[in-house]
Amino acid sequence: MTIRRLWITLTYIVFALLLIAPLVKIFTGSWAEGWSGFIEGITRKQSLHALMMTGIIVVIVTALNTVFGIMLALYLVRAEWIGKRMKRLLNSIVDLPFAVSPVIGGLMIVLILGPNTVLGALFEDAGIKIVYALPGMVLATLFVTFPLMVREVMPVLQEIGSQQEEAASTLGAYSWYTFWKVTWPAIRWGVIYGVVLTVARSLGEFGAVLVVSGNIMNKTQTATTLVYQDVENFNVVAANGIALVLAAFSVGLLLLMEWAKKRKEVH
Amino acid sequence: MNAMFRGRGWSFGFRSAIMLYFVILIVLPIVGIYTQSFSLGWLPFWESVSDPLAWKAVLLTVKLSVIATVINVFLGTMIGWVLIRYRFPGRRLLNSLVDLPFALPTAVGGLMILLLLGPGSLVGGLAGKMGIEIVFHEPAIVVAMLFVTFPFVIRAIQPLLEELDKSEEEAAYMLGASRAKTFFSVIFPSMLPGILSGAMLAFSRALAEFGAVVLVAGNIPGKTLIASVYIFGEIESDNPQGAAAISVMLLTLSFIILWTVNLIQARRSGQ
Repeated sequence: MTIRRLWITLTYIVFALLLIAPLVKIFTGSWAEGWSGFIEGITRKQSLHALMMTGIIVVIVTALNTVFGIMLALYLVRAEWIGKRMKRLLNSIVDLPFAVSPVIGGLMIVLILGPNTVLGALFEDAGIKIVYALPGMVLATLFVTFPLMVREVMPVLQEIGSQQEEAASTLGAYSWYTFWKVTWPAIRWGVIYGVVLTVARSLGEFGAVLVVSGNIMNKTQTATTLVYQDVENFNVVAANGIALVLAAFSVGLLLLMEWAKKRKEVH
Repeated sequence: MNAMFRGRGWSFGFRSAIMLYFVILIVLPIVGIYTQSFSLGWLPFWESVSDPLAWKAVLLTVKLSVIATVINVFLGTMIGWVLIRYRFPGRRLLNSLVDLPFALPTAVGGLMILLLLGPGSLVGGLAGKMGIEIVFHEPAIVVAMLFVTFPFVIRAIQPLLEELDKSEEEAAYMLGASRAKTFFSVIFPSMLPGILSGAMLAFSRALAEFGAVVLVAGNIPGKTLIASVYIFGEIESDNPQGAAAISVMLLTLSFIILWTVNLIQARRSGQ
């Protein structure tokens, strides 16, 4: 049993060094100049604005991703109007954003919709600014977080099979009704888990947003890009304050994830 | 409402809208970046790619990602095993902590590492006295990559270990195999697909990582400048074509990895 104790101790050491120590450090670091330093760091005008921007992006992205993610998952699993081969192709495309570096994700949007491009100029003429403004940031985050919901819902749909749904529609239920009464209860916890993942990822998105937003203070700056700017300006205490707020959210989301995972297994 | 959903025209429009959204959001940008990198023809593409600073950045990224992945394979295999097989106080807590790097913004992760290993910190000071530089040098980049890719291997092997039939293991013991022999000839082979796909995912994530690394790497061209930071620099200095060329290199590498993982998984589920 000594071998067993050795492995457990090693595991604890790795966790302590790699995960727990950094988390504690953020906590102590943001209090380095006491309560007032922390409060000052997060109540600066740019901090409040950045947190608000992050909040707006999280809400829009999560809402869009949830709706489109569920629909696409339904089509990729159930639709008969998509051929088998086409389904396989679409299925592998879903994962592409996972393989794309966030910086590249941002670059793509700048390349297609930037002010010097045809599309970008078109939108600009219509008075809509995309790159270096909120729409571009939302697009970048949508791109990065796209696979999360689809990948959570698809396995559940595959597992439950289509028998119940078919039975419901044979008995005359409308497709919308079938969805709410039969499909939704089954995929519910998968969707909630997907929402938590999407929120976490869009809250923390940095690279893509940094490229697309131009990181303009009080305009397009988000919480994570503000942390970056504060560190670059050697304003570490303020950076810590924002980081602590973000970390608190992440830990909260982590707890939600655990809860959703448990419920998902039960159902 | 129901009638609308049943209506043929409506449902066709609805389907098309979803598919169009999907294609525009995911496929168009990727096609765009490939065309952009060749927009000025082969020669400028070749020039951007053969810039020594560019390929040094790519090589450095690959090298450090390999190191981080190898460390991760060992740590991940051990931790995945311990968390599934042993019951000990705090196990559930540790198991939920595994996902922390997924939940935490990468910029925050980078900041944590910077504070923890920086020159003013305990570890940084100690290492500095011994003549080892951590922050703004390669070790810090590896630590950052290790941090963000930590969950992949663990989460990939855990389901396999849970499924593993205990009777096979017991049979091996009964037949007189030693602990080590049982592990390497019975348990390890069934963990291998998980280790491989976890390692591939970790590797491709490490290649792509930006947020955690940009804060802790010195970003000195040719020395501690990794590919994603190089791309960011090219964008900042208004050279989108050069940025796109390096992106294409990095993307192609990641896509190959992704498809290999899919292939491994497809083969496994096909069995």
